[in-house]
Amino acid sequence: MRHLLGTKDLSKEEALAILDLAEDMAQVQHRQVKKLPALRGRTIVNAFFEDSTRTRTSFEIAGKWLSADTINVSAKGSSVSKGESLRDTMLTLDAMGVDAFVIRHPSSGAAKQVSGWVGAHVINAGDGQHEHPTQALLDAFSMRHHFAKIGNPGFEGKRVAIVGDLLHSRVVRSNVYLLSKLGAEVVLVAPPTLMPAGVENWPVTTAYDFDSVISELDVAMMLRVQRERMAGGFFPTPREYSDAYGLTLERLRRLKEGAAICHPGPMNRGVEISSAASDSAASLVFDQVASGVAVRMSVLYTLLGGEEGIRE
Amino acid sequence: MKYLISDVQLVSGEHTDLFVAEGSFRDPADASGDVTRIDASGLIALPGLVDLHTHLREPGREDAETIASGTKAAARGGYTCVHAMANTDPVADTAEAVEHVLEVGLAEGSAQVVPVGAVSKGLEGQELAELGLMARSKARTRFFSDDGKCVADSLLMRRALSYVTAFDGVIAQHSQDPRLAGAGACCHESEWSGRLGLPGWPAQAESVIVARDVQLAELTGARLHVCHVSTAESVEVIRWAKKRGIRVTAEATPHHLYLDVSNVEGYDTTYKVNPPLATNEHIEAVREALADGTIDAVATDHAPHNPQDKDHPFDVALPGMLGLEQSLAVVMETMLNPGRITWETLAERMSYAPARIGQVANQGRALAVGEPANLVLVDPSARATVDKNASLSRSRNNPYHGRELPDPVVLTMWAGDVTYGR
Amino acid sequence: MERRIADAAEISRMFTRMAHELLELNHGPNQLVVLGIPTRGCAVASRLAEEIKKIEKVDVPVGTLDITMYRDDLRRHPTREARRSDIPVDVNERVVVLADDVLYSGRTVASAFDALKDLGRPAAIRLVELVDRGHHQLPIAADIVGKTVQTAADEHVRVRLHETDGYDAIEIGRN
Repeated sequence: MRHLLGTKDLSKEEALAILDLAEDMAQVQHRQVKKLPALRGRTIVNAFFEDSTRTRTSFEIAGKWLSADTINVSAKGSSVSKGESLRDTMLTLDAMGVDAFVIRHPSSGAAKQVSGWVGAHVINAGDGQHEHPTQALLDAFSMRHHFAKIGNPGFEGKRVAIVGDLLHSRVVRSNVYLLSKLGAEVVLVAPPTLMPAGVENWPVTTAYDFDSVISELDVAMMLRVQRERMAGGFFPTPREYSDAYGLTLERLRRLKEGAAICHPGPMNRGVEISSAASDSAASLVFDQVASGVAVRMSVLYTLLGGEEGIRE
Repeated sequence: MKYLISDVQLVSGEHTDLFVAEGSFRDPADASGDVTRIDASGLIALPGLVDLHTHLREPGREDAETIASGTKAAARGGYTCVHAMANTDPVADTAEAVEHVLEVGLAEGSAQVVPVGAVSKGLEGQELAELGLMARSKARTRFFSDDGKCVADSLLMRRALSYVTAFDGVIAQHSQDPRLAGAGACCHESEWSGRLGLPGWPAQAESVIVARDVQLAELTGARLHVCHVSTAESVEVIRWAKKRGIRVTAEATPHHLYLDVSNVEGYDTTYKVNPPLATNEHIEAVREALADGTIDAVATDHAPHNPQDKDHPFDVALPGMLGLEQSLAVVMETMLNPGRITWETLAERMSYAPARIGQVANQGRALAVGEPANLVLVDPSARATVDKNASLSRSRNNPYHGRELPDPVVLTMWAGDVTYGR
Repeated sequence: MERRIADAAEISRMFTRMAHELLELNHGPNQLVVLGIPTRGCAVASRLAEEIKKIEKVDVPVGTLDITMYRDDLRRHPTREARRSDIPVDVNERVVVLADDVLYSGRTVASAFDALKDLGRPAAIRLVELVDRGHHQLPIAADIVGKTVQTAADEHVRVRLHETDGYDAIEIGRN
């Protein structure tokens, strides 16, 4: 694998190999010396054109635990009127002999574009409203652990709802492609204003009524609702949103036994998720964060570990 | 120079000789003395093509295109006249600005340059530009457009339409509802925008403005021209308006006839254009409308950009693509070769109609004795793979690069001078 | 064309002898933990533990030490699939017995030392190899060897164990 740009282009086998390797990587977290030498001498640049402490830190730790040199570059988003083009910015960094770029960018497609310009490997750490493949992989990793723990392993036949701002979410596309490849049934739940165009052609079912599906779910994945969406008129008030689409205490009680709750973070407690839900035993929220490092180590090793990892 | 073009086929199918002297067609019987002979057997003569929609970038962005380079590209595409859009820097919103473009065009152009005047000052959509002064200037501007921006304010649009009726002007509208298709909108709203995560531009962002404007044209009795029609809904509205007798004309670009939204899959910003590339049902509707005359003309929306304005994320990069050099090729490929239009209709859509709409008296004329010698000689069977680096434009944002297309233009003549020949 | 140089019975006797040697070296089974290096080192480790149990009636902890990430030739091959390490006890102050099938260049063992170092500080590390075929490239020797085999550089030695191959044998052949 040369780049990880999305889960759309990832085969089921590749995804499972990354998840399996992540199990091994997870062991490192519990060791005295949290270090593997596999990527010694490799340079990974975290090029973040948008703030994301969580994702950047997770990638940075993953790289360091694999002994790579990781450098963080924060840059303002690209603009035509001022500053250099994205291409020039990335070619400048690439010329320094970087082995891999981890890219976070507010524009959809940025990681894909960069992969066509640079010699280094490119890992998409979130591009606009498009994909965020490592988030989906870590979600799947956490879910897989959970399914095994409750004695009902595997994704086949599992029902996962992704609830919330589907239109602006990079997580939803990556999760839909990955979970459906792994055999889960995905149901998207959102008000009509937040459903992406053409969703009828995705491998999912959709619902406007959260209550109509809640009791049959194995996983409820709650997406962050950004307050600025209100200004766009996507829904009237947070109160109304929470009433229809929040994981409230009432809805928490209607989840079947063994069902899990995911949230890619950061959470708006009281809007899309109640504290009762996020802090409940069913919540995988903090497992997800821990899984993030292991999954990202696995991805970095998969791309950079062998001879393919050497720059042309 | 005098030219005798022998055994050329006209769009009617008739074969003839054409004699050119002192800028006009003369009786071939008078051809004598120092005459350059051009054997045109197997070639078709079209009236010089007229483009209603060209961005020449001068003044302001001469790094991307100049009046000289843009009209050279035009000549290579078979054009003898281009309408230079007003969104230059400074904006062509005064008599002085349009006269400057006219003068540079006369001095350096390889085709006739007709300056388009802005509708509003600075294209800001707030106050009317000096429409009357532009109309009475040496440029004799009749064709006004805020292209690149939509005259979104209904009242301003009404006033503009009404005002230009005094001198039989026309308002050419870039139809884009700025709320339905806001600043970030860059992908035809469809399964593609949803999948690629690109902010969607619904087809109706165009057609609601067209629907409003045709009614304002009816209200004011003015002439409205709809730029770059790209959707089935807009076509339906224009069809309805024409049936009703509203004075509306419309244009379609080569790229909206040929390229569909799937081209943006790799986020190649060459394919970012306003309005965005659409799905096949819209392409089919535009082709049908061009065939039946609902859409009157082909216009290129030739929009040169340099890499520093294109090498950005898709939603940030500037919109626009080249068009002058491949326009005729694309119309042949999509309309003529499949038998949807004849050579006569092609000449109507690419020369006669745009000259009428732009009120350019000496363009879009028959190839007849006494008429200005504007023509293009076409090899109907030649084909080639487009190479963006072989362009005469200063820019390289050519969406047809690498595609195999007709390569028709053998020679272009403007006012009796050869402006392109191979 | 491969030649068999040891059969199942001989291999069984080797394990019995190696277990005795190990117990002698360690003055009994105390503090021992046996870690097999995948793939066949794992079978070597578990058989060694079985023999120890027969002799001493105690269960010695057995685990797996994957050294993929520590290999010095990681970048010479397509990305290697890593295997799971399974370390059953804290290795600090333990006597770690590394179990492997064939000692050749010694690089696998060197990588295993690096891997162990990241897990803790054992009191001692012992190396058990079922076959020592020579041609060492590093100053490494096994403490206990099942069989020492003289080989040419263009020969290969294959250890077959029923856990992984369905039968027990040591075979030698030309490349």
